[in-house]
Amino acid sequence: MLSKKNKEVFFNPFSKNNPVIVQVLGICSVLAVTAKLEPALVMGISVTAVLAFANVIISLIRNTIPTNIRIIVQLVVVAALVIIVDQVLKAYNYEVSKALSVFIGLIITNCILMGRLEAFALSNGPWDSFLDGVGNGIGYALILIIVGFFRELLGSGTLLGFQVIPQALYDLGYQNNGLMILPPMALITVACIIWVHRSRNKDLQEN
Amino acid sequence: MNKQSNTYTILYSAIMVVVVGAVLALTYMALKPKQDENIANDKRMQILSAVHLTAPDGDYRSVYEKYVAETFVVNVSGDRTEGDAFGVNMAAEEKKPAQERLLPVFVCKLDDGQLKYILPVYGAGLWGPIWGYVALNDDANTVYGAYFSHQGETPGLGAEIAKPEFQAQFEGKELFKDGSFRSIDVMKAGQKPADNADYVNAISGGTVTSKGVESMLKSCLTDYSAFLDKLKTK
Repeated sequence: MLSKKNKEVFFNPFSKNNPVIVQVLGICSVLAVTAKLEPALVMGISVTAVLAFANVIISLIRNTIPTNIRIIVQLVVVAALVIIVDQVLKAYNYEVSKALSVFIGLIITNCILMGRLEAFALSNGPWDSFLDGVGNGIGYALILIIVGFFRELLGSGTLLGFQVIPQALYDLGYQNNGLMILPPMALITVACIIWVHRSRNKDLQEN
Repeated sequence: MNKQSNTYTILYSAIMVVVVGAVLALTYMALKPKQDENIANDKRMQILSAVHLTAPDGDYRSVYEKYVAETFVVNVSGDRTEGDAFGVNMAAEEKKPAQERLLPVFVCKLDDGQLKYILPVYGAGLWGPIWGYVALNDDANTVYGAYFSHQGETPGLGAEIAKPEFQAQFEGKELFKDGSFRSIDVMKAGQKPADNADYVNAISGGTVTSKGVESMLKSCLTDYSAFLDKLKTK
């Protein structure tokens, strides 16, 4: 079921070819939704779902798409899926849907999506495309979760809304770092992850 | 068939649009009841926030039904009219001439038997609409609590109106001074209203939103002033 090529397609986006920290795509949503862990988690799942289904759909119809309108077709498929995700969230997780507000809609403009559709789904079969979509979605979600974890922990002292930093520490004079809540710290956190990642993977370094 | 021909391209896009349109319409219709329930629950949460009530388990419907004793609609002259208070859309009412506006009133009975009158307000901030609920004591004058929310004010600046610290300032303020309606002003720290009205501190850096709150309170509560006058003499 998982040939060598399939394994590469699925696991490469986790690290060696990660959409966020290697290709540096989808940075805007990383800034926007990672102040808390829960929206980051939901955003990661949403992008993974949209990417996987869009990849499969585009891959299934790839031989019928007229070349001159292929970008429009990709956009329509992505937009339709994003609206469905938005509607489902509004119905089943209204709080998170309010917190994510426009960012769910902005999944449409996430460069990772168009990138994968254009680069992979248009020239590969549905099963490969599905793996590619899930792999890249998880690669994106991983970074979101790492950034969201540190920002919520250091910025609010909570994780998924639960207090994890004990009151005793606050009594000793510890304070939440308000800067972590602000967008610039998302960039700096992502930069730190890229730094660690590059120093561990020598083949990613340029001269 | 030639896949690059114009006929094929046009046919292809037409069919695609119809299929996608149908799928979206179906999803929307299937999820609508659930979404409406969520929106109504959110509104209940906002109304209850004005009187400092919450539902820890998220079941706002039962808390709302327990505490909100009566809802009705009044007109600008302060007389009751026909209408479903919960269903009134404040954004639409604001656009009507004052004489035709439906003004909802939510009467809340707290555990200790006190009656609170919750009045919705709606106005404009810097980037989009702002709205809220003001709860008055049964003297129809003193503010018991206030809740404000917004669609997209600047985080950290205008968006601070949604914070409890800002909203708590309104508690105990009086709408009427020297027997006439004055509303509540939102003033820069150190300034005072000329007409002796009660005031709260504005948000530094959020001047336009703060002024938006002030004019929202003034315009919306002025509509209620006849009703409040009648309530006082009752």
